[in-house]
Amino acid sequence: MHALIIDDSRTMRSILSRIVADLGFAATEAGHGQEALDLMAGGLQPDVCLIDWNMPVMDGYTFVTKVRAEKRWRRITLMMVTTESSHSHVVRALAAGAHEYVIKPFTADAIAAKLRLLGLLDPSGSALDAGALA
Amino acid sequence: MSLSETSLRYVAELVHSRTSIRFDVDKGYLIQARLMPLARQAGVDLDVYVQRLAGDAEERRRVVDALTINETSWFRDTEPFRAFTDVMLPHLLAERTITQRIRIWSAASSSGQEAYSLAILCDEHLPPGWTVEIVATDVSETMVERVRRGRYGQVEMNRGMPAGTLVKHFTRVGTEWEISAPLRSVVRARHLNLADPFPELGRFDVVLLRNVLIYFDPSTRADIMRRLHPRLADDGYLLLGAAETATESSEHWRLERHGRISVHRPAGPAQLVGAAPTVPTTTATTGG
Repeated sequence: MHALIIDDSRTMRSILSRIVADLGFAATEAGHGQEALDLMAGGLQPDVCLIDWNMPVMDGYTFVTKVRAEKRWRRITLMMVTTESSHSHVVRALAAGAHEYVIKPFTADAIAAKLRLLGLLDPSGSALDAGALA
Repeated sequence: MSLSETSLRYVAELVHSRTSIRFDVDKGYLIQARLMPLARQAGVDLDVYVQRLAGDAEERRRVVDALTINETSWFRDTEPFRAFTDVMLPHLLAERTITQRIRIWSAASSSGQEAYSLAILCDEHLPPGWTVEIVATDVSETMVERVRRGRYGQVEMNRGMPAGTLVKHFTRVGTEWEISAPLRSVVRARHLNLADPFPELGRFDVVLLRNVLIYFDPSTRADIMRRLHPRLADDGYLLLGAAETATESSEHWRLERHGRISVHRPAGPAQLVGAAPTVPTTTATTGG
């Protein structure tokens, strides 16, 4: 399983990368939505994207709409991880095609719980094909 | 700041006397971690704080609360809730067509996530005309009050609450999320110490007693299981925590396996509390 972490904060990318790596994911980082799109256009095939909302160049909401507009990226799971905490933000993200929404601050087990909800973890709590990645 | 062994023993005995929950003194770090915020608030060293407890009933209640509140999450462990919607509800919908009413007891409800998770599932799965009543009980008055308020902080909401369910059933109130009034209205929260005789709560179709028996000594556990039996409908379901299920077998219960979880079901007709033990009608099994 491969996770693409999209956040303009290097610290936040590092925290999230470590959390998903502990769960057995390979992780790639991007500093904004356009950088993530470029990586994917270049052949990166993430199973899940963890996406901040407010970023320079391209924000997370725009990234979600762009990914959802492309048929070849339909199977990618999209999860917002953001400080935007209003009811309307969650509704907008889901309507645009995000599958899940985590509001900062979060704990490592909250990220794991959401990935489990999304069917990306096996019963032992590891990424589905973590064994294959090892 | 650290607690002396005398203080640890006093606190462990205090909690045991109020709740029957036993804290090993070698788990002093846990007691210390839970009491530290209270001692800080009082502005004294941990040991001084504990010494003052003998003369302060309100503070003793806070200590018991602090040591008996457990971490919880929405739809915790997933599988029991899947069994609820896939196995229990279909059976109850077929068997309760006259009353069209289902009663559930969340017997160690903590801050209410289990009770409200069930309320959400019932809202989504019960046909029109059916009603559900969920009784949420906890030994901590603080937790009972939290269940009544039905408000949760952001960190709590992140723990297992699907975003789609969040936007459907919660509204933002300040920095918290509040569960909708219709769902709050089906959950009735009240104080209850499982180690004490149960008050009149009526009979339930489903009882959840998850991850709490482990805190009691073996004789109290057996007593709770015996007193639970008549509280459950003859065709009802009792859900324990995964680690507790295998060890809590007795002649009163039979185990039924559903996917990866086991549920206890009454092995024979309910007996009245205080009545002489009945001869078991079915042999308990440990499930497959």
